[in-house]
Amino acid sequence: MEGLTLSDAEQKYYSDLFSYCDIESTKKVSANGRVLELFRAAQLPNDVVLQIMELCGATRLGYFGRSQFYIALKLVAVAQSGFPLRVESINTVKDLPLPRFVASKNEQESRHPTSYSSDSENQGSYSGVIPPPPGRGQVKKGSTSHDTVQPRASVDQQEPVSPVVSPQQSPPASPHTWRKHNRHPSGGNSERPLAGPGPFWSPFGEAQSGSSAGDAVWSGHSPPPPQENWVSFADTPPTSTLLTMHPASVQDQTTVRTVASATTANEIRRQSSSYDDPWKITDEQRQYYVNQFKTIQPDLNGFIPGSAAKEFFTKSKLPILELSHIWELSDFDKDGALTLDEFCAAFHLVVARKNGYDLPEKLPESLMPKLIDLEDSADVGDQPGEVGYSGSPAEAPPSKSPSMPSLNQTWPELNQSSEQWETFSERSSSSQTLTQFDSNIAPADPDTAIVHPVPIRMTPSKIHMQEMELKRTGSDHTNPTSPLLVKTSDLSEENKINSSVKFASGNTVADGYSSSDSFTSDPEQIGNNVTRQRSHSGTSPENTAPPPPPPRPQPSHSRSSSLDMNRTFSVTTGQQQAGVVAQPPAVPPRPQPSQAPGPVVHRPVDADGLITHTSTSPQQIPEQPNFADFSQFEVFAASNVNEEQDDEAEKHPEVLPVEKSSDPASSRVAKTDSKIEEKTAASAPANVSKGTTPLAPPPKPVRRRLKSEDELRPEVDEHTQKTGVLAAVLASQPSIPRSVGKDKKAIQASIRRNKETNTVLARLNSELQQQLKDVLEERISLEVQLEQLRPFSHL
Amino acid sequence: MAVCVAVIAKENYPLYIRSIPTENELKFHYMVHTSLDVVDEKISAMGKALVDQRELYLGLLYPTEDYKVYGYVTNSKVKFVMVVDSSNTALRDNEIRSMFRKLHNSYTDVMCNPFYNPGDRIQSRAFDGMVTSMMIQVC
Repeated sequence: MEGLTLSDAEQKYYSDLFSYCDIESTKKVSANGRVLELFRAAQLPNDVVLQIMELCGATRLGYFGRSQFYIALKLVAVAQSGFPLRVESINTVKDLPLPRFVASKNEQESRHPTSYSSDSENQGSYSGVIPPPPGRGQVKKGSTSHDTVQPRASVDQQEPVSPVVSPQQSPPASPHTWRKHNRHPSGGNSERPLAGPGPFWSPFGEAQSGSSAGDAVWSGHSPPPPQENWVSFADTPPTSTLLTMHPASVQDQTTVRTVASATTANEIRRQSSSYDDPWKITDEQRQYYVNQFKTIQPDLNGFIPGSAAKEFFTKSKLPILELSHIWELSDFDKDGALTLDEFCAAFHLVVARKNGYDLPEKLPESLMPKLIDLEDSADVGDQPGEVGYSGSPAEAPPSKSPSMPSLNQTWPELNQSSEQWETFSERSSSSQTLTQFDSNIAPADPDTAIVHPVPIRMTPSKIHMQEMELKRTGSDHTNPTSPLLVKTSDLSEENKINSSVKFASGNTVADGYSSSDSFTSDPEQIGNNVTRQRSHSGTSPENTAPPPPPPRPQPSHSRSSSLDMNRTFSVTTGQQQAGVVAQPPAVPPRPQPSQAPGPVVHRPVDADGLITHTSTSPQQIPEQPNFADFSQFEVFAASNVNEEQDDEAEKHPEVLPVEKSSDPASSRVAKTDSKIEEKTAASAPANVSKGTTPLAPPPKPVRRRLKSEDELRPEVDEHTQKTGVLAAVLASQPSIPRSVGKDKKAIQASIRRNKETNTVLARLNSELQQQLKDVLEERISLEVQLEQLRPFSHL
Repeated sequence: MAVCVAVIAKENYPLYIRSIPTENELKFHYMVHTSLDVVDEKISAMGKALVDQRELYLGLLYPTEDYKVYGYVTNSKVKFVMVVDSSNTALRDNEIRSMFRKLHNSYTDVMCNPFYNPGDRIQSRAFDGMVTSMMIQVC
């Protein structure tokens, strides 16, 4: 049945009538005397009366709950107005006159206005719709007033633990056993003379208040989802069911709740609330539960031990088996104790069961602890503690009423189940939203902890940053002058890369080479390199000239930053240094081969200092301008060169500076570039544009010290290629600051670039390592041969 | 896969017994009853060893031509006995162990319920559901 919307006047009238009929003040009107009389007084044909009874659901229940009664009255009005009797007509027929009941009823009507005036509270409360009895139909819960009515009715219906809508009794059938409400009957009975509405009304007024109180009392225990009485905590045992259920608990609760009594509003609220979803907990209910929880466990975040809970719920007089089942359902975490949420769920289930709802097999969603949490947290602090519902009767209605209309509006959409607990549903939906929210928040948290990956620099980042700054601040153009700055940054980048590469290379070298030298030297070299890099980077900014490839590994290693290279170069350096110095430049084709040899000369000197010789070599070749490129190149070179550098590096720097000043350099650079490009193309991937990729191939085992020049030359070429590549890379790097123009972007860009070069260099490094191994093997074989030959030589 | 599941209390009276073929239940009851002797035997065999050392899963208690009986004892001397069909060859030891584990977990959940008095028959619906899930496969 759809919700019943009653106007204020109707509300009053109906409630009065109900009270009138509710002889035993049980909030249920059995299909007996007064009701029948009333209907007869409506002067409707019997079949119509029967039809009305059917429609309002009394036949199902066997009696008239408040809602049924109201619906019946409305239908009477409908019938009397000549409209066809249908459920929909309850609400659709507008401006329906009040049902007219002949004879005594008329008086009731007349009383109505008087009672209205008197019953301010009720008025407010009755403004809504009558929530349909659970399972019966749905009554919109428009107003709290209906709630009170409804709950009572429904509660009554529910009570004897029977299936919600089971009673098959016909209206005239004997009423259910009404539980007795203490106050209500007193108020009602004494005052309600059948005869006249007059007395009826006054008692009604009292009854109302009494009932409300009773409801309040009751509610403690059975905020049945279905209903109504739930809320009423008033002393009046509004719901007989409740009474029967917990005599003890009711007493306890009554004390608390009595305060509420005046609150018909409360009742109404509560009653209306529970309709829509049997398992949803209204705010009032929740508040009530929370209060109950507090009586057992003052700490809302604490647990109620099983034994205490057992005692508490045993008061509800439910069979142990059912309580056991309720416990199973509600103890979500199976810890033998009830948290607030679990307690509320359990309580809710108890109430539901008491009102005749069957226990679900699984815990309903709305009772899930996490959901409850959300609601609870929202509500807990708000309302007065003990009084609970009762506490805020005054507030309740006002709050309720404004919400009611909205609820009404939303109701059609929210109408979910047969139970229309609009408020509940609305609230529950929101709560569900909330809960889902919360439940989602947690998982989201870890996600939010995503940290932007930051490249780890081997070299001191500060320096790098400084360099980057310098770079950025430096001119954008790739002029030789600017490259300086760029180069510094590049160098620093290279340093980083180189250092990282060096480490890698050093490690690999260590792994690959059995020679102790390499092992021992690696760390040193690495350290050296790093330091060199640092120093280089540090110095670079200061130097106007392209930071001389610092410790150009002694030249032998012009490019490679690998320790091995450096070391080997250092060993061989003596002579080679010069050559090496020359070589490195060749390897990375300096972007601007035309760079003055001066810088080149510088470089060899500074070779050691340089980040990774590679960088220096390229720089040497030409120039300052290339300096920036150098750094770029070095980055790659670091990877590439590590291996090869040894000789080639040495040679390159030597060669390069020697060879060219600009043209030769350029040519070589071009050559190296080409070669490097080839190599890189072969080897590498993507970044190509920078020429970083080409670095891979370049790392030819440069150290062919033992080899002939020819070999060297190719290596040189390779180196040049590499250098070209590196130079290209370096060249690209300088562009960083220019292109971006912003520190951050530049940094990011450089970071990306560095990463790329890093990978490329790493690859190069590995290849170089391999080559190195090969070379060493050759060397060993050669040495062996030499030794073999030596004896003969002696001969 | 179980044909019959029984939970025996420490004092050797059944807390819960349920079999799938509802006829011939008595036969299963009898089998479970006799298996208790075997269980006790196994427990005492562990004998002096601390309970901790004793494994909870007892394994195959005894086979009959039609059925095999497995046993499991908790630390509180509550016994779980499971009768499975011999024809169910696919049932491996691991599966039996897992079934007993589930039984044990459900049993502890029942125990946690303050409304459950130890020594009462187990009437928990959750427990029933779990046992049904274990037994249903037989059919």
